Amino acid sequence: MGVKVQAEDFDLGAELAALRAGRTDIGALVSFSGLVRDTAGGQPISGMELEHYPGMTEKALSQIEAEAHTRWPLQASLIIHRYGPLAPGDQIMMVATASLHRAAAFEAAEFLMDYLKSRAPFWKKEAIGAGARWVDARDTDEEALSRWR
Amino acid sequence: MDVLYFAWVRERVGLPREAVETEAATVADLVAELSAREERYAVAFSDMAAIRVALDQELADLDAPLQGVREVAFFPPMTGG
Repeated sequence: MGVKVQAEDFDLGAELAALRAGRTDIGALVSFSGLVRDTAGGQPISGMELEHYPGMTEKALSQIEAEAHTRWPLQASLIIHRYGPLAPGDQIMMVATASLHRAAAFEAAEFLMDYLKSRAPFWKKEAIGAGARWVDARDTDEEALSRWR
Repeated sequence: MDVLYFAWVRERVGLPREAVETEAATVADLVAELSAREERYAVAFSDMAAIRVALDQELADLDAPLQGVREVAFFPPMTGG
């Protein structure tokens, strides 16, 4: 289990290699990474600023991760989320889940993503032209949680 | 107690955190007290349906009691991932 909240970029391949290094018991390793798109609602964006709540962020992510481990037989997991200024094409975050079989790893990764989107204290502000606007939470993000209840 | 603001709530209030002396019993009472104090708070808290609250870094409801709480945070719905 691991949670990292950082301004720096990460190496997805290296993180996955480290997660399974020296282990022969893992049968399925699922990863997801979120990237900065160059458009928002059809408008080009030049970048974004990710704000977070230091302290609560780490706590919330660890709680979500621990919850995933109680629901699925996970052998390992990792959540990395960046903050600060990001440009289109940049990696924003990643989750990885390892289990004996793929179903648990896929489901747990989706669970982590669904919870992280609405329960971890991050806020995105997109730069559009000369201005910037805070990204609105989507109703669909909140609805996505209902299937895990 | 320390009161923290994030994202557009921070921008509307005009500062990221402050120490507040209050006898407010609940989060809603604190919101009413701050809103009565200055216009910028009233603006930030004009639509409480768009505000989320954390007490000592745990999500909480508006009617949650403040007794024993050291840190209150106000922010919009989260948009990570």
